[in-house]
Parts: sequence; structure tokens; C-alpha cells
Amino acid sequence: MPSFHPRFRPTRRRVLGGGASALVGLTFLPRFALSEEEKKLNFYNWDTYIGETTLADFNKATGIEVKMDLYADNDELFAKLKEGNPGYDVIVPTNDYVERMIKAGMVMPIDHAKIPNMSNIDKKFQDAAFDPGRKYSIPYMWGTLGIGYRKSKSDGSVMDSWKVLLDSDKFAGKLSLLGDAQNVIGCTLKYLGHSFNSTNPAEIKEAEELLIKQKRNVKVFADDNGQDLLASGEVDACMEWNGDIIQVMKEDKDLAYAVPTEGTLLWQDCVCIPKGAPHPENAHAFLNFILDAQNGKNIAETIQYATANAAARALMAKDYQDNPAIFPPEEVIAKCEPGIYVGEEAIKVRDEAWTRIQAA
Amino acid sequence: MESWKDNRQVFWILGLPGTFWLLCFFLLPLGIIWLMSFGEKTSITEVAVTGTLVNYLRAFDPVYLQILWKSIWVSVLATALCLLVAYPVAFAICFARPVWKPLLLLLVILPFWINLLIRTYALIAVFRTNGFVNAGLGFVYDLLGLPALFGPFQPLQLLYNDFAVIAGLVYVYMPFMVLPLYATIERLDRSYLEASLDLGASQSRTFLSVTLPLTMPGIVSGIILVFIPCLGSFLTPDLLGGANAVMIGNVIERQFKAANDWPFGAALSFLLMYATFFALAVRSAMSGRKSGMEL
Repeated sequence: MPSFHPRFRPTRRRVLGGGASALVGLTFLPRFALSEEEKKLNFYNWDTYIGETTLADFNKATGIEVKMDLYADNDELFAKLKEGNPGYDVIVPTNDYVERMIKAGMVMPIDHAKIPNMSNIDKKFQDAAFDPGRKYSIPYMWGTLGIGYRKSKSDGSVMDSWKVLLDSDKFAGKLSLLGDAQNVIGCTLKYLGHSFNSTNPAEIKEAEELLIKQKRNVKVFADDNGQDLLASGEVDACMEWNGDIIQVMKEDKDLAYAVPTEGTLLWQDCVCIPKGAPHPENAHAFLNFILDAQNGKNIAETIQYATANAAARALMAKDYQDNPAIFPPEEVIAKCEPGIYVGEEAIKVRDEAWTRIQAA
Repeated sequence: MESWKDNRQVFWILGLPGTFWLLCFFLLPLGIIWLMSFGEKTSITEVAVTGTLVNYLRAFDPVYLQILWKSIWVSVLATALCLLVAYPVAFAICFARPVWKPLLLLLVILPFWINLLIRTYALIAVFRTNGFVNAGLGFVYDLLGLPALFGPFQPLQLLYNDFAVIAGLVYVYMPFMVLPLYATIERLDRSYLEASLDLGASQSRTFLSVTLPLTMPGIVSGIILVFIPCLGSFLTPDLLGGANAVMIGNVIERQFKAANDWPFGAALSFLLMYATFFALAVRSAMSGRKSGMEL
């Protein structure tokens, strides 16, 4: 049978040409010292964590087009940027991750001269222990980790102690805890009278034992969907972030949020510029833009977390400004602790404890 | 048949893209992870490959073995349920009228067109306390007038337990079982079945001695195709499982994300891979011994 031989005999010139153009595609073209950056910005953010019109407003004001990608948790953000910045200009890590990223050299210093609106930041947040002098981060939103619960199932009392979630069968089979080691173990440590950030193995062991004991009452370790479980009646009490509960409280008046009296985590999400950002000038412009009072107000109105922007807070409606679930009273805040980066070894100790809790 | 040597050029041109793809996007990343399993963390972002076995030793801690053991039996149960359900389904499709066959096969494959995550979330809506199953049961309960006898309907706790995880795995991986079974049953020479029945064997005897051995290759491929992804699954136990749901896939995922311990995560995944290779080797050794019997 005669066979068909297709002949591809590329001339040498063509091979070279093809190779050369392929190489152009593969090499990262050196960025010439452009005085003007292209009008683009890549924003890596949490879901529902920016004002409804903020990105469009920014585009209108500066002509810069913002492309936003979303992540679900800090670990996802960290894992994605760990092997090098894939092209993001602005990210929103939480304080302990800001610290971890500063230590790992993953974020860029911020030029304060380019952000005049920094004066709008609340005095409490002008400086931070995890980032002295705010060299790398701008505070965005802050809040607490607390207890969301259904009022009709809690005999009229306020569920403001970690005891109901961590050390009682009041909500047996109808309660959920968060699904991550650092925060659940941290809150348990707080309940036991230790520091949220304890690295003492004996104290972590104590927390582990309490959680193993409590596990029979826990329906699920929820990955940040406790508010949905609460709203759908799957659980009657859950450990959740305040903003998440406030969002479902608007739809269901039977739900409530309380900051535990033992104290809890005081978290702060910050806006940072990751190292290797392709558009650092635009990123600075964006940071300045969201710190503007009016723009900050638009953001806070959408996402209902406590803004670190004092000028924006002043513009907000009374029911936001005086909401204790958003802005807890000073004496409650005094008992809370910011999460710090506890170091890789301590993270490992907590992770191993968490594995044992899960397997028990 | 022509030897590839007659057409070397065609062979290379057609073979290169695939080889390139496998080398760059399969073997290379796998190799990096394998090397990493012998590494140690030197800083927050860096790993040095030092040839240490400490990650593997840590994986033999009883707590990880316990989770692995749980993952194995959950996967075994899910695979067995898949087989039990898929076998009659595959049979029914094979013996359906030819006009129906493509449609029935389409129904089996249809869920694949929707993302796994979405399908799992859909199961949450089906199983939860106020979900469709409980709503349906409650409706029937009220219709039968049972509340007068036994009091109001108590919704079943279907979600956030091992039942939900296994149901989710069965649902997600069912097509992987049906398709290989369908392929072998379709090829089954039905005159063997007729001969067996003509010669006086009962229906059940025919099934056990003729049909089952002849469709064994399909059963084995189906089991492998379902069991291996079940063993490594992390999404299903994460979303549907309760406080005890953690499987080895969740532990591995956590090492790459929250715990930031890639070397340990790599060692755990490779242990899973070694175990799978071992099981496949045992299977091929066993089938090799009996190869004279197979058709």
C-alpha cells in the first residue's frame, strides 16, 4: 500500500524566525523607565469587599482601568504570591499576614508623599505594631471575631461569652466554629485566659483538649460560611466575623452578634502593594483614592465593616456609627488582641494540634 | 501495519507536542513536588532540598495514619456504593433500545458539564435541615396525617456527617464507574449468556459465572477510576462533612495553604501516590498470574 508522506520541510530561515518570535513571547520585556504607566491596575481583593461604584469612580477620576480578582482567605493570597507576584498591584491582607509578608519581603514600601489622604486615617490606626510607621500598609477595615446567634433559641440572654461555643452543651449539635487553626485555637486560648497569640505548647495543649472535649457538640467547622448556616437554621450559634453576621442580621431580625467578654481577636485588613507590582504609581493613586472621605464612605456603606477612615466614618449614617456590633465599646476593645504573626514553628504546633482535633 | 520508522518525520511531528506537554506540565511539576518532599523550610517562602526523610517520618505519626485509614474506608464505601448503583445502570443502558442509548449516556455525563463545586453546593441545598429532602418528607408526613399521631415532623440530619460525604462522593464520581462498565458490558457477547441459560444454568448462576467474570475488566477500571480520586478528595469532606469529616486530602491542602509547609504536604501526597502504585502493582501481579483464564 502506498503510503502518504506529508512533507514539512521548514527552511532554516523560517525556523529561526519562529524561534525568535517565540523567544520574544517568553522573555519578560524589560520595563523601560516609562514616565507614564499604562492606565491599568490589577487589584486582588476579598469578595464583596469594595464599594459598589468605587472602581468605576476611580476609573472616571483617573482613567485607570481596574481589574479585580478575588480570593477567599489569606492563605490563598499568601500561597499565590509566595512564588513571586503574578502581576497584582494592590492586595488586602489581614494584619498578621501583613507582618508575615513584610518579613518574607513580599510587599513594597509605600511612599507616603504620594498619599496625602493618609491624614484621614483614624488616629488609633495611624501606626501599628505589626508595621511600625505604616511603611508597608494602609489600614482598610477592622473588626472582631465573635458569636453570631439566634435570639429566639437563646432564652433572651446575650450570648457574650466564648463559653457557649467552647465549653457548654447549650447549643449541642447546633453550633459551628470556624475552620481554621489559628483563629479557633486563638479564641479558645482567650477563653482559657491566655493570649490569643500564645506560643506556649502547654497552653495550646490545654486549648486542644478543650476543643476535643467540645467537639461532640460541634456540628461543623465551617469555612467562613457560618453566617449562612445561621441564617438557614442549620445552626443556632456560630463563631464568625462581625461583618458577615451583620450582613445576615439585616435580613433576619432574629439574629444577633456579640463580642465575647473574655476578649477576642481584633483584626485589621490592610491595603498593600506587593513587590513586583507592574503599576506601582497607579497603586499609590488607588490607595489615596480609597482613603478619600467620600470614597471611603461609599465603601463602608456597601461592606458594613468598621472603616479605619475617620473622615469617612464621620460622613456615615448614625445607625452605622453607633452600631456596637460594628464599633464595639472601648472597654470591650481593651480586652481584645490583634493577631500577630507567631512564627513558622508556632504555626506548625497549632496546625498539628488542629489535625489532632479534627481526627479525634 | 507500518513501522513508525518508515515515517520518522510524521512520528516526531505528531509526537512532539504531546511529549512536550507531558514533560513540562506533568513530569516537571511532579518532580519538583517529589524533590520538595525531601526538603526543609529555610524561611517563610523558601524550601531547601536536603534529602531529609523527616517529612515522611512525620507522616507516620498515628494521627495522620488514623486520618488516612478513615479516608480509605470512606473511599472504599463510596466506591462500593458506586459499583452497586452503576452496574445495573450500565446494564440497563446496554440493553435499552438503540434510540435511547445516546440519551441515557448523555444523562450519565450531564452532571460533568457543571463544575464540581457548584454540584456540591447544590447537594447542600438538597440535604440541609430546611432542604429539599426534608421539605419533601415533611410534606408527605403532613399529608398522611402523621403529626396527629407522632407530633410535628422532625427534619433528618442529612448534612455535615459521614453519610453526606459518602453520598457526595458517590454522586460526583458515579459517571467514572458507569462509563467503563458500559464499555465492557456493551462488548459482552450475548451468545455466551444464551449458551449458559440453554445449558441449564440459572439466571443467578449465569450472572455469577459468566457475566461477572467477563465484565471484570470494566469493574476493575471503574473501581480504580473512582477509588483514587475519592482518596484524594478534599472539597467534598470540606463542604459536606461534619466535625469529624477531615480526610487526608484536607490535611494535604492545609499544608499547602494555612500551615505553609509544602515539604510535609508533598511527602503526604507522595505517600498517597506510593500506596496507589503499590495497589496497582498488586493488581497487575494478580491479573498476570491468572492471565491464562482471561479472554
